[in-house]
Amino acid sequence: MTQPIISLSGVTKRYPGGREALTGVSFQIEPGEFVFLTGRSGAGKSTLFRLIAAIERPSSGSVLVAGQNVGSLSARGVPFLRRNLGLVFQDQKLLFDRSVFDNVMLPLLVTGQPYRDSARRARAALDKVGLLDRERANPVALSGGEQQRLCIARAVVNRPSILIADEPTSNLDAEYADIIMGMFRSFNQVGVTVLIATHDRHSLEQGRVVALDHGRVAA
Amino acid sequence: MTAWLRHHLQSLQQTLARFAGSPFASIANMVVLGVVLALPLGGYALLANLQTYAGSLPTEPQISIFLSPSWRAEDSALEAQLRSAPGVQAVRFVPRDAALAGLKRVPGLGDVITSLRENPLPDAFVVTLGSADAETAARLEAQFRALPGISIVQVDSAWVRRIDSLLKIARTAVLMLGVLLGFALIAVTFNTIRLQILTQREEIEVSKLVGATDAYVRRPFYHEGVLLGVGGGLAALGIVQGALLLFNTDLARLGPIFGVLPVLRLVSLPDASAVLVFAGLLGWLGSYLSVSRHLLTVQPH
Ligand SMILES: Nc1ncnc2c1ncn2[C@@H]1O[C@H](COP(=O)(O)OP(=O)(O)OP(=O)(O)O)[C@@H](O)[C@H]1O
Ligand SMILES: [Mg+2]
Repeated sequence: MTQPIISLSGVTKRYPGGREALTGVSFQIEPGEFVFLTGRSGAGKSTLFRLIAAIERPSSGSVLVAGQNVGSLSARGVPFLRRNLGLVFQDQKLLFDRSVFDNVMLPLLVTGQPYRDSARRARAALDKVGLLDRERANPVALSGGEQQRLCIARAVVNRPSILIADEPTSNLDAEYADIIMGMFRSFNQVGVTVLIATHDRHSLEQGRVVALDHGRVAA
Repeated sequence: MTAWLRHHLQSLQQTLARFAGSPFASIANMVVLGVVLALPLGGYALLANLQTYAGSLPTEPQISIFLSPSWRAEDSALEAQLRSAPGVQAVRFVPRDAALAGLKRVPGLGDVITSLRENPLPDAFVVTLGSADAETAARLEAQFRALPGISIVQVDSAWVRRIDSLLKIARTAVLMLGVLLGFALIAVTFNTIRLQILTQREEIEVSKLVGATDAYVRRPFYHEGVLLGVGGGLAALGIVQGALLLFNTDLARLGPIFGVLPVLRLVSLPDASAVLVFAGLLGWLGSYLSVSRHLLTVQPH
C-alpha cells in the first residue's frame, strides 16, 4: 500500500472565538486521487484547506502532507510545504496592481527561478487555461470565469503534486463550471492529486466524495 | 548562490520600480533625510575648515614678561637667565618707550596716548619658545615668575589653546547632533517602511501563500531602507557642498577687502563615501527594525 499523500487523524480546529469549525476529522487521500470535499456553508471546508496549507494550525489531531506533520512545521518549513501545493482560494487572492502574466509569475519568482524559464512556464500555464491572449490585461478586466481560470493557472504554474481548490466554480454558470472541472481532470490525469471543495452537486459524478457536516465527516 | 543573487537583483529591481512609480514621494523622503543629515555634515565641514585655519596660525607660544619699575636696563643678568632657560628660543627686549610708540600707532589710541602725562608702560621681555607644547610653557611661566624684578608673566599662547578647546567642544556638539539626527534617520526609514508594508499587505500575503520565504518578503524593504539612506546621504552632500561653494563665492568677494582669501574646502571624497555608507547602514537599520516589528502582523488568513 502506498503512503497517503494527505492524512488527517482526529483533527479538531477551534477558532479563537471559541467556535469549533472541525471536530475529530479523519480521512486519507492517496497520491493521484481526485476527491471532492462537500458540505453546506460553514461546514468547515475552507478551514480544512487552511490546515493543509499551514495557514492555520489544528487545535488537536494531526495533519500530514506527504508524510510531514504540517501542524508542527516550523515557520521556516512552511514556504517549502506551500511550494508543493497548488492553491486556489475561495476569495481568489489575485493582485490587482499587476498584469495577469505577473500574477502567474509570482509563485515562480518567489522560488528564485530564472526569469526567462519562469516566463515560459507562466505562458504555458496561461495557455492551458485559455488566457494567453490576456496576459497583459489587469485581472480587474477579466470576467468572473476568467479570474477563476487565472487562479488555476497560478496554482499549477509551479507543477505542484497536490492541487487544492476552494469553491473554484462558485458563482459560475454550469458551462463554465464544466470547463473548469475538465481542467482539474486533465491535471489529475498527469498524476496531480486533486482536492476540490464544492457545494455544486452536479459536478460530483466522477471521483470520491468526502462530506463534511458541521465540522464532522458524514457517512 | 545564483538563486540568492537573482533574488537580490529582482528585489532591487522591484524597489527601483517602486521608486520610479512614485518618484515625488520618494524624492520628498530623501530630501527630508538630506536636510536632517546636512546639519551635522555641514557642522563637520565647517569645523574641519576652522581646524585647518587654526592650525595655520602661529602656535609657538610667546611669553611676555613685564618688569617692575625698579628694574634697570643695565642689569643684564636677567636677560642672560631668560636666555639660558631650557626651551627658550629667542629673547627680545621691548623698552617701555618703544611699547608706547607702538600703541600710538594704533588707530584711535594715538590721541589718548599723547594726552598721557607720563608713560604708564613697563619695560618688557618677549620670550619665544622652541616648542608649542603647553607643558613647557607652563613650566617656564612658573620659573620666570619666581625671578626677581618681574611683575607680570603672561603666556600669549593661551588664546590658541582656548580656540583649541572651543573647537573640541564644537566637535562634541557636532558629534552629538550627528548621533541624534542619525536616530532621526532611523525613525524616518522605520516609518516609511511601515507605511510601505501597510500598502503592500496583499502582495506580502499572497507571496507567502505561494511559498515566499520570510527572507524573500523582507528583502525589498531592506533594499528600500538602504536606498532611502543613501539617497538622503546624497541629498545631504549636495546641500552641504552647494552651501560651501556659495560661501566660497561670497568669501572671494570679501577677500580683496580684508586682504585674505580663506577658501573653504569641500567635503572630501573619502568623507563623502563614509557619509553614504553610514547613511545606508542607518537606512538598513531603520528598515530592519520596521520589518521585524510590522511584518509579523501581515499573515495570510
Ligand atoms: N477566522 C475565523 N475565525 C473564527 N471563526 C471562523 C473563522 N473562519 C471560519 N470560522 C468559522 O468556522 C466555521 C467553518 O468555516 P469555513 O470557512 O471552514 O466553512 P466553509 O465550509 O468553507 O463554508 P463556505 O462554504 O461558506 O465557504 C464557520 O462557522 C465559520 O464561522
Ligand atoms: Mg469556504
